Amino acid sequence: MFYREAGQYKKTYSADMAVFPLLQDRVGIAVILLVAAVIIPFFGSNFFISTVMIPFLVFALAAMGLNIVTGYTGLISLGTGAFMGVGAYACYKLTTYFPGVPIIIWIIASGFFSAAVGAIFGLPSLRIKGFYLAVATLAAQFFLEWCFVRIPWLFNYNASGAIEVPTRWIFGIPITGPNATPMTRYYVILGIVVLMTWVASNILHGRIGRSFMAVRDMDIAAELMGIRLLRTKLLAFALSSFYCGVAGATMMFLWYGGGEASDAFNINQSFIILFMVIIGGLGSLIGCFFGAALLHVIPIILKFGLPAIGVPLAGATAEHLNHLLVGGLIIFFLIVEPHGLARLWQITKQKLRTWPFPY
Amino acid sequence: MVPAQHIAPGDALLKVENVSLRFGGVKAITDVSFDIKKGEIRAIIGPNGAGKTSMLNVINGFYHPQEGLITYKGATRAKMKPYVAASQGIARTFQNVALFKGMSTLDNIMVGRTLKMKSSFFWQVFRHGPAMQEEIVHRRMVEEIIDFLEIEHIRKVPVGKLPYGLQKRVELGRALAMEPELLLLDEPMAGMNLEEKEDMCRFILDVKEQYGTTIALIEHDMGVVMDLSDRVVVLEYGRKIADGTPDEVKADQAVIDAYLGVAH
Repeated sequence: MFYREAGQYKKTYSADMAVFPLLQDRVGIAVILLVAAVIIPFFGSNFFISTVMIPFLVFALAAMGLNIVTGYTGLISLGTGAFMGVGAYACYKLTTYFPGVPIIIWIIASGFFSAAVGAIFGLPSLRIKGFYLAVATLAAQFFLEWCFVRIPWLFNYNASGAIEVPTRWIFGIPITGPNATPMTRYYVILGIVVLMTWVASNILHGRIGRSFMAVRDMDIAAELMGIRLLRTKLLAFALSSFYCGVAGATMMFLWYGGGEASDAFNINQSFIILFMVIIGGLGSLIGCFFGAALLHVIPIILKFGLPAIGVPLAGATAEHLNHLLVGGLIIFFLIVEPHGLARLWQITKQKLRTWPFPY
Repeated sequence: MVPAQHIAPGDALLKVENVSLRFGGVKAITDVSFDIKKGEIRAIIGPNGAGKTSMLNVINGFYHPQEGLITYKGATRAKMKPYVAASQGIARTFQNVALFKGMSTLDNIMVGRTLKMKSSFFWQVFRHGPAMQEEIVHRRMVEEIIDFLEIEHIRKVPVGKLPYGLQKRVELGRALAMEPELLLLDEPMAGMNLEEKEDMCRFILDVKEQYGTTIALIEHDMGVVMDLSDRVVVLEYGRKIADGTPDEVKADQAVIDAYLGVAH
């Protein structure tokens, strides 16, 4: 009823292979982009933008990175936090040595460093799978975290041992540092996330994405069809780490505005992003956004929303309640739909298609 | 490595010489030699555990035999590598369906085209220009295969949801998408009912007719084997016990003993 595809004939293969073959989907994505680009920055408060939207986009980007390797290629990685850290530190070093280059270029470029590191730690994936691979990537997490703390060159020998984000301007507008407004930072992140989501969708819909999924679903058959496993798996790790690295750089430079690696890029971060991917939906790009929203935005709503509607809560109580409710929600969603929110969304679309009839 | 030669119909496309394969102390294949001529349907039969599937795994490079030589398209090797086998035109289907379960029928068959796709990573990023043209060209080829196998209606269905018989058919389609010169079919008719078997036989014969593909076939249904194949090789306990036309094999005493047992 609301989501009819009847009458939308696809006359060419390119129309049939489009990412959004249906008119309703195209309208939907246009509305979402409009809301994100116009309505939120102009009608959202600074608090909303910097506490809800910016972290949401950063987490969505990191989840996308992990989803490429775990959801699409079927290789569990627990090194996400560390790969994000590589991106943040690479960006820090790059902008220290070349302060004149626009920071956005360095944020993107830091992904390449992360990709290289990710590919190296992806090497064991040829031999081991599943939980054992997860443990091998855990080595990356601990080793890199150790590097972040113990190698002072990485944080420019700061007394604080942390990244101190410098102010960087583009066309006279401060993008990073204490003077950057939340709106500027939001626009930069939004631009990066939209661009990188588009690129991920392109890659995953094509030959490379299909070979990732082939490796995930039946690696023996994939190998016997001429897909070279090592190459494909390393590409998946590199691509995934690229996204994580950019997410880490945006996190440090556009959200945190500086901080210690042991807080931002520790094993907890890896797990949170893994949960986002699992709850959002393995092997689905939209699931990354759902997962990031559920695990990041809902706690904030609980924390600040309840006092706003007049439920008085002490800080500590809110924190505990928060853990309780989010935990409950995760269990609820996993019971309702073990394949994640993305599958739930698919089912909803199917129901909208046939409503008011049951099928 | 000798460059691959053109093989005329009737010449040996693949030759297996004195191949032995062991897993530790278990001898899966012992000193087996046979050849597959271009354009024929060659059946490999034998009781359970005779080493038929191992033989296919040796041919497409998944197992490496300890002894023996494999000559494919005039190039002789001690072992094949899966990538080389695939890129030189050896495709196969599996005894237990090995489809990519999370992907649609269309995507499964598109994976079969991977080796033919050449567009660079750069264009893949934009999904535009050469990358998109290539997708469309290969989509057209895949649609031909979908037409050929009469699976138009399940084009966009995830293969995990398909019934077994259709899954087998999609798997054949995926192998055909590689435009193989040598197609290895591992029990394409296992677990099928009569109609499905007849369909599958028709497709196999059509593949041979239309595409001129050489086929090596493992099958337990003797009626099918005797009808379809041009020559049959019989394995038992990893050894070759007979080789010849279906009629010769049927009359062979060793084969009868292997299948029916011998009085001791």
